[in-house]
Amino acid sequence: MNDFRRKTLLAAAAALLLKPFAALAAWNKEAFGAKSAAEALKSLGAGGAAPSKDIVIEAPQIAENGAVVPIEIQSNIPGTTALMVLIEKNPFPLASRFSFMEGALPFVKLNVKIGETSDVRVVAQAGGRYYTAAKEIKVTIGGCGG
Amino acid sequence: MAAGPMKMRATLGSGYTDVRVLMTHPMETGQRKDADGKLIALHFIQNLTVKVNGKTVVEGETSQAVSRNPVFTFRIKGGAKGDKVEVSWLDNHGDTNKTEAAVA
Repeated sequence: MNDFRRKTLLAAAAALLLKPFAALAAWNKEAFGAKSAAEALKSLGAGGAAPSKDIVIEAPQIAENGAVVPIEIQSNIPGTTALMVLIEKNPFPLASRFSFMEGALPFVKLNVKIGETSDVRVVAQAGGRYYTAAKEIKVTIGGCGG
Repeated sequence: MAAGPMKMRATLGSGYTDVRVLMTHPMETGQRKDADGKLIALHFIQNLTVKVNGKTVVEGETSQAVSRNPVFTFRIKGGAKGDKVEVSWLDNHGDTNKTEAAVA
């Protein structure tokens, strides 16, 4: 096998190996890398979210173990298509973003890590507008460091 | 592939179906240190997808702030016994895993 052919094969193999990365679904690097909740919301296009009582956040008031804090969120705003969870005092506040298509209810329950006592902010997207609600969770043992 | 097992249960409620799924994943924050004081690299699930009978209903983006071995509950409108639910994830190393269950 000549050198040129070997290089071509190697390049082809590399391309195949890299393919799964090219197929990566969208992950908003900018928003997830933001170091403040305001910055993260801005990158998500949700800067001017209006407060709403129709977002329900079920979470403990005091979390003993910040490494696993169960939170349940639900939006009762008609036409909600996305929910975002931000833990304001975490080093990278944006914890997750969920898009709901036809067939799913704007509801999700998950466990998150909370570094220190912080507001947990939920932002709902409905018909191109953004709504928000927050709840403070007190943490006795942090969940981010060693 | 570092992907550990997943577990899922889809339970019919009144007018909705709850899908509870467990993923085995370290969800490293990149801030913890190992015994030698070296930082453990970021390793976390970035994307997840919930499909019902082959149609995507929820797409999630997650950060390292989701707890280790994440458990999620999603709620699907309606649903019927035997509906096929599939959940898959993709992490920042490009590893993936998926699981399937029928609504019970």
